[in-house]
Amino acid sequence: MIYRRFFNFPESRLRSPFAELDGLRRQIDLLAGKSIPAKAGVFPLINLTENNDNYYVRAELPGIKADELDIEAEGNKISISGERKIPSENEKAKYHRIEREAGKFSRIISLQTDIDSDKIDATLKDGILKLTIPKSEKSKPKQITVH
Amino acid sequence: MSDSKDLQAKEKKEVSSPAEQTTPGFVFTPEVDILETEEAITLLADMPGVNSENLDIDLRENTLTLSGVAQPFEAADEEDVMIEYEIGKYYRQFTISEVIDQSKIEALLNDGVLRLTLPKAEKAQPRKISVTTA
Repeated sequence: MIYRRFFNFPESRLRSPFAELDGLRRQIDLLAGKSIPAKAGVFPLINLTENNDNYYVRAELPGIKADELDIEAEGNKISISGERKIPSENEKAKYHRIEREAGKFSRIISLQTDIDSDKIDATLKDGILKLTIPKSEKSKPKQITVH
Repeated sequence: MSDSKDLQAKEKKEVSSPAEQTTPGFVFTPEVDILETEEAITLLADMPGVNSENLDIDLRENTLTLSGVAQPFEAADEEDVMIEYEIGKYYRQFTISEVIDQSKIEALLNDGVLRLTLPKAEKAQPRKISVTTA
C-alpha cells in the first residue's frame, strides 16, 4: 500500500511532512496579521479513505436531499453534482444574518485503481454523503500465504 | 436569493477563542441564517454530521448556545487517502435581545441543518373587562 502514498496522488493534499510547515506558516501569517486566503478547492470538500475492499468518499452536504444529488460513475471517475437550494422564508421576515449559501456544484474524483462501478452504494445521513466504492477484484490486494 | 451561482468550497471556520476545551479536537463555527418576523426569530444552522442526540441547545438569560458534536466517521480499518475537511464540534453563542417564550421553542434537525424557532413572548394583551349589571 505504501507505494501509492508516494507516487499516485499528485493532486491530493496528503498529510505530508509539509503539512507541518504549512501549519507553521499559517501561525506566522496569523502573527503578522495577514488574512489567510481560503484554499482553492472545489465544492464539496471530500474525504477519501480506503480499506482493502472499498474506497469511501464522504462529503458534507447539509440541507441537500437525496433527489437533488446526481452521482455518476464512469471508468474510475465518480462525479458528484447537484444544487443546494435554500427555500425562501416568509416574505415579511427580516434577515439579520445570511451566511449559508445556495448554488450549484459539481466535482469529479478520479480514483487510482479500477472500481466496480455497478456496486457503488450511496447514503445521505445528517447532511453527510457517503459513497462506498468497491475496488474491482483485480485491484484488490492479494493475501499470499507463506508455506 | 439567486440560485444560479456556483458554490465555492470553504474551509470550516475554527472558533477563535472557545471556552477552554476539556477534550482535544477541532471546534468549528457553524454557518447560520437568522431571520425575524413579528412573531418569532428563526435560526438556521448548518451542522453536518450532527444528529439530534449530539446536539445541545441552551437558552439561559439572554444567551443562546448551540453546541453539537459530529461523530467521527471512519471505521478502524480505513486509511486516509485524501483529507480535505476535518470534523469536530460545532459551537456558537448568540445574545438574544427579545423576550422569548421558552415553552414554545421548537428545534428541528434535518439533513444536518438545524432549524430553531424562538417565538417572541406575547406582549401583555389589554384585557377587556366587561361589566355586568345585576
